[in-house]
Amino acid sequence: MAADIRPKRPFRWHIGIFLAPAVLVYSAIMILPLAGTLQLSLFRNIEQHQVFVGLQNFRTLFGDPNWSVGFWNALRNNTWFFIIHMIVQNPIGVMLAALLSSPRLRFAAFYRTAIFVPTILSFVIVGFAWKLILSPLWGVAPHLMDLVGLKSLFTPWLGKEQYALTALSLISVWQFVGIPMMLIYAALLSIPEEVIEAAECDGITGLSQFWKIKLPLILPSIGIISILTFVGNFNAFDLIYTAQGALAGPNYSTDILGTFLYRAFFGFQLQTGDPNMGAAIATMMFLIILGGVCVYLFLVQTRLRRYQF
Amino acid sequence: MTTKLLTALLLGTSILGSAGVAYAADVTLNIESWRGDDLAIWKDKLIPAFEAKNPGIKVVFAPSAPTEYDAALGAKLAAGSAGDLITCRPFDKSLELFKKGNLADLSALPGMENFSPVAKSAWQTDDGKASFCVPMASVIHGFIYNKDAFDKLGIKVPETRDEFFAALDKIKADGTYIPMAMGTKDLWEAATMGYQNIGPNYWKGEDGRAALIKGEQKLTDKDWVAPYEELAKWKPYLGDGFEAQTYPDSQNLFTLGRAAIYPAGSWEIGLFNTQAQFKMGAFPPPVEKAGDTCYISDHTDIGMGLNAASKNADPAKTFLSWVASPDFATIYANALPGFFSLNSAPVKMADPLAQEFVSWRAKCKPTIRSTYQILSRGTPNLENETWVESANVINGTDTPEAAAKKLQTGLDSWYKPAK
Repeated sequence: MAADIRPKRPFRWHIGIFLAPAVLVYSAIMILPLAGTLQLSLFRNIEQHQVFVGLQNFRTLFGDPNWSVGFWNALRNNTWFFIIHMIVQNPIGVMLAALLSSPRLRFAAFYRTAIFVPTILSFVIVGFAWKLILSPLWGVAPHLMDLVGLKSLFTPWLGKEQYALTALSLISVWQFVGIPMMLIYAALLSIPEEVIEAAECDGITGLSQFWKIKLPLILPSIGIISILTFVGNFNAFDLIYTAQGALAGPNYSTDILGTFLYRAFFGFQLQTGDPNMGAAIATMMFLIILGGVCVYLFLVQTRLRRYQF
Repeated sequence: MTTKLLTALLLGTSILGSAGVAYAADVTLNIESWRGDDLAIWKDKLIPAFEAKNPGIKVVFAPSAPTEYDAALGAKLAAGSAGDLITCRPFDKSLELFKKGNLADLSALPGMENFSPVAKSAWQTDDGKASFCVPMASVIHGFIYNKDAFDKLGIKVPETRDEFFAALDKIKADGTYIPMAMGTKDLWEAATMGYQNIGPNYWKGEDGRAALIKGEQKLTDKDWVAPYEELAKWKPYLGDGFEAQTYPDSQNLFTLGRAAIYPAGSWEIGLFNTQAQFKMGAFPPPVEKAGDTCYISDHTDIGMGLNAASKNADPAKTFLSWVASPDFATIYANALPGFFSLNSAPVKMADPLAQEFVSWRAKCKPTIRSTYQILSRGTPNLENETWVESANVINGTDTPEAAAKKLQTGLDSWYKPAK
C-alpha cells in the first residue's frame, strides 16, 4: 500500500545545486575569459570604439611582416624550448625516478626532496639566481669552471644570441625535472611485485628489466607528462620575462609566444598595448595547444596499451 | 591586487579629502604622483615652502606605485575622484589625457614663460600650440668617470672623440680598470646610455630630431648611422662578458671602482654619491673637433598638470605657477641631485657632480631623446626597436647600416610624416 501512495520521484534539485559552485566558478574564471579573448580578437579599436573586423587581426598577424616575423620567430623559439624539455627534462626525469625506486638506494627521500624543491620556487627567484650564477662578473659558474680548467669554455650564455634560448630551456629543465620524476616514480611504485618477481623468475633483471617490463608499464604516464610539458611550454612566460625582460633579448632570440603576447597585449615602455592583437595571438596560442592536445588524445593515447592488474 | 590597491587609494584619497573639511576656510589640493620616493621631500621641504607663502592653501602629496600609477590615475579620473594636480608622464601618455579632456590647458599660466620650447615639448600638442603640464625636471646624459683612475693614469678629460678613444686605449693598455662599464643584456643601456647619449652630437640635436619627425631626414642618413658606427667601436672597451652584463652589474662595476668610465644618465648621481668611495667627475659626449658645438640629451622626464575637473582650479593654478618658479626649482634640484629643473633661471646646486652636468646647458644645445615624441606611436615601436638594434650593433650581430635600415623600414611601415 505504501508503495502506491509514494509520490512521483521529485526533480533532483540537489544535483544542480551541488554542481553549481564548480560550474559557476569555472565558467566565470575560465570559460568566460576564454570566450572574451576569442571575441576580442575579432574586434579592433577604431577611433576609441570597438569595431567588429572579422579575421582582420589574424590577417595582420600573418600578413604584415611587422607581426608575422615576430610570430614565427616566437613559435620557432617556443618549439625549440619544447624540444629541449622533451629530450632533456623527461628522459632525465624517468632516469631519476628509476634510480629512486631502486630499493638499494640510500637517502632516497632526501634526493627526492632535493630534486623536487626547485619546482616550488618562484620563477623570480629561479631567474634571478641563475642570472647571478651565470654572470660573467660575479657568477660562480666562471669561477667553478676555472677550477677544473674549463674557463675557456665559459661564455656569457644568457647574452649570446646562439646560446641564450638553450640556456634558459635548461634552467627551466632544472627547475621542473622534479615533476616528471615524481609522476614516474609514483607509476613505478604502483607496478605490482608479482610482475617484477615473475620477470626475475624468467631471468629478466637489471637494465633489461627496466626496458622490457617497467618502461612499457609506465608509458601512459610518460604520455601524460609529454602533454603536460607541451601545454606548460607553450604557455611559458615567467622565466623568460624575469631573466631576459619583456623584449626577450638579445635580438628577440629568447622571444616565445608568451612574451610576444605580453608585449602585444600590455605594451612595453613607449609601446602602447593593443588588446585586440594580443587577443589574436592568445587565440593562436589556444589553437596551437588545442591542436597539440588533440593530436595526442586521438593519435597517441588511443594506441597506448594499458595493462590491468 | 590592482583592485585592492585601487580601493586602498580611493579610500586614502577620500580620507584625505574629508580631512580638508576640518579646515573649512582652507582649500586642500591633492597631488597625484608615481614618485613615492619623493614623499619626504614634498612633505618636509616643498609643501611647507609653498604653504608659508600662500596661507589658506593646503597641499597633500598622495603618490601611488609607479607601475600602478597610469591605471589608477585613469580609473580615478573616470570616477571623478582624482586629485587636483596631476604629475605628468612625458609625451603620449599625458597627451592622451589632454585629448580626453582630463588635463586643463595651461598655455597661459603665469610662469610658463620660464621654460624653453624644448622643455615644454614633452607636454604639448603635436603642433606646439597648447601646453598642458608645467615641466618639473629632466635628466641629462653624459659620461661619469673615476677621477682617481684618470689621475693615476695621467688622462685628462676628453673633449673630442679622438681624445676619448685615446683615453679608452690607455685605460685598456694599463689593465687596472675596465675602460667602460656598460652591458647589453638589458638592451636599454645600449640605446639610452649609448645611442641617445652620443647621438645628438651627430644629428645636431633638435635640428635632426625635428627633421626626422618632418620626414626630411631618415634614420639611414649619415648623421643617424654615425652614432651606431661609434657604438660598434665601443665593444673592445667593455668588460668581459658584457653581453650578459645587466644594468645593476654596470652600476656596481663602476661604484666598486673596477671601471673607469660610465656612460650615464644624471639620475645616477644620488646613488653613486652614496656608493662610490672615490672622486667622480663627468664630461659631456665628446665632439668631433675641439670647438665644435656640442649637443646634449636633456631629456624631459616629469611635469605637473591641472585636473580639468578640479573644483579648486584657481588655487591649483597658484600652486602650478609656484612650481614654475625658480624657488621651486632650487629646492627640488637640490633635494634630488640628478633631476634638473627645466627652468630657464639658473639654479644653484650644492652637489658638484650635479653642477658639472648642469653646467653643460650653458655651452651645449639641449635636445630630448629622438624616439620619444610622435615617432614611437606605432608598431613596430621605434623606441623598443632602438633598444634591440643598439644592443645588436654593440654585440656585432648587426652592422650599423643594417641596424639603421631595419629601424627606418619599421618606421616607414606606419609613420607618414605630415607634408
